[in-house]
Amino acid sequence: MCLAVPGKILSISGDDPVLRAGRVSFGGVVKEVNFAFTPEATVGDYVMVHVGFALSTVDEKEALQIFDYLRQMEELAELESEPAK
Amino acid sequence: MKFIDEYRDPAAARQLAQLIAQTITRPWTLMEVCGGQTHAIVKFGIDELLPKKLRLVHGPGCPVCVTPLELVDKAIQIASRPGVIFCSFGDMLRVPGSGRDLLFVKAQGGDVRIVYSPLDAVQIARDNPSSEVVFFAVGFETTAPANAMAVFRAEREGVSNFSMLVSHVLVPPAMEAILSSPSNLVNGFLAAGHVCAIMGTEEYEPIAKKYNVPIVVTGFEPLDIMQGVLMCVQQLEQGRAQVENQYSRAVRANGNESAREIIRQVFRIIPRKWRGVGRIDQSGFALTEKYAAFDAEERFGVSEYQAEESSECISGLILQGLKLPHECPAFGSRCTPEHPLGATMVSNEGACAAYYRYRKND
Repeated sequence: MCLAVPGKILSISGDDPVLRAGRVSFGGVVKEVNFAFTPEATVGDYVMVHVGFALSTVDEKEALQIFDYLRQMEELAELESEPAK
Repeated sequence: MKFIDEYRDPAAARQLAQLIAQTITRPWTLMEVCGGQTHAIVKFGIDELLPKKLRLVHGPGCPVCVTPLELVDKAIQIASRPGVIFCSFGDMLRVPGSGRDLLFVKAQGGDVRIVYSPLDAVQIARDNPSSEVVFFAVGFETTAPANAMAVFRAEREGVSNFSMLVSHVLVPPAMEAILSSPSNLVNGFLAAGHVCAIMGTEEYEPIAKKYNVPIVVTGFEPLDIMQGVLMCVQQLEQGRAQVENQYSRAVRANGNESAREIIRQVFRIIPRKWRGVGRIDQSGFALTEKYAAFDAEERFGVSEYQAEESSECISGLILQGLKLPHECPAFGSRCTPEHPLGATMVSNEGACAAYYRYRKND
């Protein structure tokens, strides 16, 4: 029910902040989405979409944190497994 | 798809499983709050990757499940009236009331329509000015701004034949109800990521402090859930009880300001009854006075009454993390998604329905 799917903004139109809407691509499937709650979103951004509304813009830098963390853990494990000199 | 596929990488999942196994020294019970997370855990077999010391129990975060029988009956009453177009998200249609469900009403000739967005229901109202169009507004904080916007637009644009049957519930009061129960087993929470995308993380701080329980705001993909579990176990092992945000790509500390603003305008907080759990104070939304004219319960005068639940159903214990679905004697035999006895079997996201779909042969 609280499912929100990430999609890429293809277009935005409308001056009224409540009616601001546009097209979002979900891996090629394009849907009309309302941007009333994401005034900062621009074309090319990824947004999390729930029941026709963009709820949040995806922070691309934060999206990498889990992979950075796992890489660090891997490096740490390698260091620990090296024989002491 | 970007921001989905990479969070399903099996090698990274194994690495996280290993980190969890290296961190845990004692038995812990964690609860994921959201039904979407429950569904992902069972679908991807995440619980089976975790050490035996760690028990995952499934929380009350399935709005379809916790919508009380009385409200489903009211929906059926309203939808059965001539001249009404009744709109709903698809998953409410096959939830049985005391007798029938909304699909039955549709089969009998009622005008029951599945919509993708509450704005679609407002459009149906504009297109059918001689009909009464009712939207069944079920959901948590995630769905509240969209439903609030539908009412806001209907009022602003004078779409007076639109109304809403509101069944909105809130996550933090339910978490507190679970934690304050003397039989509580939950040591840590994975909080619902998309609820927090709207509301932010601040309202969880007092809960973490009062009950000395770690709360990790967590996403919905397998790697999100496993990292959420790892962060929660790290806190428990280190004796910390803080609010942390695993899902930082979508959740900001203060949530979504413009969404919260429209919620404040359109909804007020009231006590609500949760199916399987009972009444919880300050745990739901109703329309504010300004928008009271759009309240379908008022408009159609549907009466208050008590509906009887099956006495065999243990969904209340499941929703509070005290039992797992397969511990119920009725599971998979007298209770199935086609003939559910109670809350957790009625929706795809309910814990019993997820176990039935992915685990019934285990």
